[in-house]
Amino acid sequence: MPGAVVTQGAFLELSGISKRYAGVRALEGVDFACERGKIHAVLGENGAGKSTLIKIIAGVVQPDAGSMRLAGSDVSFATPSAANAAGVVCIFQELSLMPDLSVADNVSIASPPRRFGLIDARAQRRRAEQLLAEIGCEDVNPLMRVRDLPLSRRQIVEIAKALGKKPQLLILDEATSALTSADVEKVYAMLARLKSEGVAILYISHRMHEVEALADRASVFRNGRHIETFDKGRRSTAEIVQLMIGRDIATQYPPKPARTSVKPMLALDNLSWEGRLDRISLRVGAGEIVGLGGLDGQGQKSLLLALFGVLRGISGRVTVEDREVRPGSPAVAKSAGIALVPEDRKTEGLMLPMSISDNLVVASLDAISTGPLVDRAKESEAVKRAIARLQIKIGAASDAVSTLSGGNQQKVVLAKWLMTEPRIILLNDPTRGIDVGTKQELYRLMRELADQGAAILFYSTDYDELIGCCDRVAIMYDGRIVRELEGDELTETNIIASALNIDAAAPAGTGAVHA
Amino acid sequence: MRQRRLALGPSMLDDVAIRVRQNVGIVTAVLLFCVLYVLYNLAHPKGFSSAVLVQNGDEIFALAMLAMAQTVPVLASGLDLSVGAVMTMVGCFASYLLTGTAGGAPLHLDIFGLHLSLGTFPGGISGILLGIVVCLAIGALAGLINGCVVVYGRIQPIIATLATGAVYIGIALFLRPTPGGKIDEDLNWALTNSLGDFAATVHIFDDGAASWFAPVAWIPVPFVLLVLIALLVWVPFRRSVLGRAVYAVGSAEGAAYMSGLPIDRAKIAAFTLAGFFAGCGGLFLAIQTSSGNADIPQAGAYTLNSIASVVIGGTSLLGGTGSAIGSIFGAMILRVISFFFRIFDIAPLLQPLFEGLILLAAVSIGALGVLRVRNTLELFR
Repeated sequence: MPGAVVTQGAFLELSGISKRYAGVRALEGVDFACERGKIHAVLGENGAGKSTLIKIIAGVVQPDAGSMRLAGSDVSFATPSAANAAGVVCIFQELSLMPDLSVADNVSIASPPRRFGLIDARAQRRRAEQLLAEIGCEDVNPLMRVRDLPLSRRQIVEIAKALGKKPQLLILDEATSALTSADVEKVYAMLARLKSEGVAILYISHRMHEVEALADRASVFRNGRHIETFDKGRRSTAEIVQLMIGRDIATQYPPKPARTSVKPMLALDNLSWEGRLDRISLRVGAGEIVGLGGLDGQGQKSLLLALFGVLRGISGRVTVEDREVRPGSPAVAKSAGIALVPEDRKTEGLMLPMSISDNLVVASLDAISTGPLVDRAKESEAVKRAIARLQIKIGAASDAVSTLSGGNQQKVVLAKWLMTEPRIILLNDPTRGIDVGTKQELYRLMRELADQGAAILFYSTDYDELIGCCDRVAIMYDGRIVRELEGDELTETNIIASALNIDAAAPAGTGAVHA
Repeated sequence: MRQRRLALGPSMLDDVAIRVRQNVGIVTAVLLFCVLYVLYNLAHPKGFSSAVLVQNGDEIFALAMLAMAQTVPVLASGLDLSVGAVMTMVGCFASYLLTGTAGGAPLHLDIFGLHLSLGTFPGGISGILLGIVVCLAIGALAGLINGCVVVYGRIQPIIATLATGAVYIGIALFLRPTPGGKIDEDLNWALTNSLGDFAATVHIFDDGAASWFAPVAWIPVPFVLLVLIALLVWVPFRRSVLGRAVYAVGSAEGAAYMSGLPIDRAKIAAFTLAGFFAGCGGLFLAIQTSSGNADIPQAGAYTLNSIASVVIGGTSLLGGTGSAIGSIFGAMILRVISFFFRIFDIAPLLQPLFEGLILLAAVSIGALGVLRVRNTLELFR
């Protein structure tokens, strides 16, 4: 492995760690080490294996192979609490707070201060105040319920909770993503203090400037493998981006038609929502596939949900074919000709125990009904057509949809919406967890639909897919569209650079990690 | 604005404001009860007298206990449909164990034409105390079984307790195919009247005539029992690590697990405590009526009213927020409504209608939070 780490004095050492989820490789033979008193950044694209890495270190999942050494002795953590007991504390992206309990309760949840066997509310409160003060956020009242705090404050509470466990190895997984810039400074100061106290810190962030400012050392992961570890200043930003790319699989994409001027089908002007979407303006033309790119959680999903009428309190204009629409609910969006293939097909896309045919017709019951009754003949006709059109592989249409493979389930979701003959199709990461063959069918189908005049807005976490399928890609960062890439600009380097909100198009060297 | 005020440092005023905001459901229930109860006493010809208080206390106690019982599983986002059955079963046991017969009572059971003799249960004061302990233990055991079925059987609480509840009613019917049995008369008198009567019956404080005792002699015993159980059982539980875990499980089970809390133990504890409280209710009901009665409709009505009390008392059926104290007030509100029917001579047939309307109003207030949700998908999670 190139650039193997010098492991003398390493506090945590992983060797040969591998992990598969349902046959999909998440980590493969990873050797990794980090030291006390150092902030160690872990970098990689979506799905590079960073999350699996920290989950293994923190005892959330168990590796299939490999060993882990902490302070020189072999360890394996069966649960997060076992890891905590050994001084390994992780601040996860998904918050681990209980919304109905107070800040003080949450901070001391694992081992509250006790008096006569009962929880000592006063001591617990003092403890919370102390920990919050250590971060510099005394303004959070420990009596407040976590539910009543804004997301940025909840993240502070999460950090205070982790600090209270007296970590020897602290892992931050995108722990600053929701913080305000003032709070980020406070967290930096806290991390610097922990570092000087000899705590080992693993820092996962998609924000390159954070990594530049904080990290003493960085490791790049790609496709479940540890690619390289280097000290601060040894690699330029452009080189880091190159390390993060370098994909080997080649997928076949349908050819893109020559770009002609298209008439706009969907137009968004200054769409904003709850500080998560920030003045988004975008045009999607008839016959066009527009990609939504960027890192996870930059507002892409919220944008699709907003267009589909799921979010309340949206400001800005949505125009469909020159007519302004106000999508107040999915039913309204549907009647405006909008379809959404949702993020989680198992809960939002399908009614799993119901039959394939029931699922197929559920969005277009009007079309197959006479009066209040569903016309059985029309129904089976429509079902047959849909199954043939998308080549869904089924036993019988009356089987439960849960019996299908992931790829065929996704086809059912898509077929369901195609039956409504939508003009605008919103796709939320539709190829996630789907085999390569079905993926290619979906790509072909998308192009076919576009050629028939549909406007397609396509969010994907897979950059390769965005490049292969889309006529144009809008990159989102922090709720805004930071760049639109088209034609020759549509390269992986450009997408990643825009996604990280850095200017990697600059010649190599100038964007160096604080050389 | 609020953020700025908080930034000045957590002041006392802020703390009070926060506590009131967080307990708005309970506060509303307490205020509503106070208003209703004062109105009731004003309208009652013998209002504000010890006799009225005692009568009301007796009528409230069992439902208040069942409301407390229901609260604990609800806090852990479960529902216990067996509380009424546990109450009924414990009451039937009590009608055998609390006879107070001097020299002990022979226990025998007639089932399927068999005459089983189960020995003699001790009598006298010690016998009665032992009987009370055994009855409460039976209630807690029934709850423990519920908890184990839910946790280890991985069965949803609502269906698990529906089944176990039927079993408990079945046991009650074995014990008392027809209403009957007997409860020690002194015990009945001592627990269902005022403190003065209690002292006179058990011969303490100069039979209740001590001059220092006079100012409190009017207080109904059931009221004192209610406060004692709340203070000695509920308050410590709420402040224990296990009690905290019950709230945590109801609030976000995944987060509770990730925080290393004993989730299974918390759920079992919640159902066990529910069984204990339901047992207290059954014990009192038996003492009050001086008999055991495997009354199936009554068990069902008590179960449903306990759920209504929990909701009126400001506890969320989704779990995580609320308190058994609120549920006591919820139960008292339900009962006071029925008192009004007596005073104003309204047809008792209208009572379910009014109770239903009040419940609807209470639930609607609790549902106002839905209007604040910005991502409508969250409504379905």
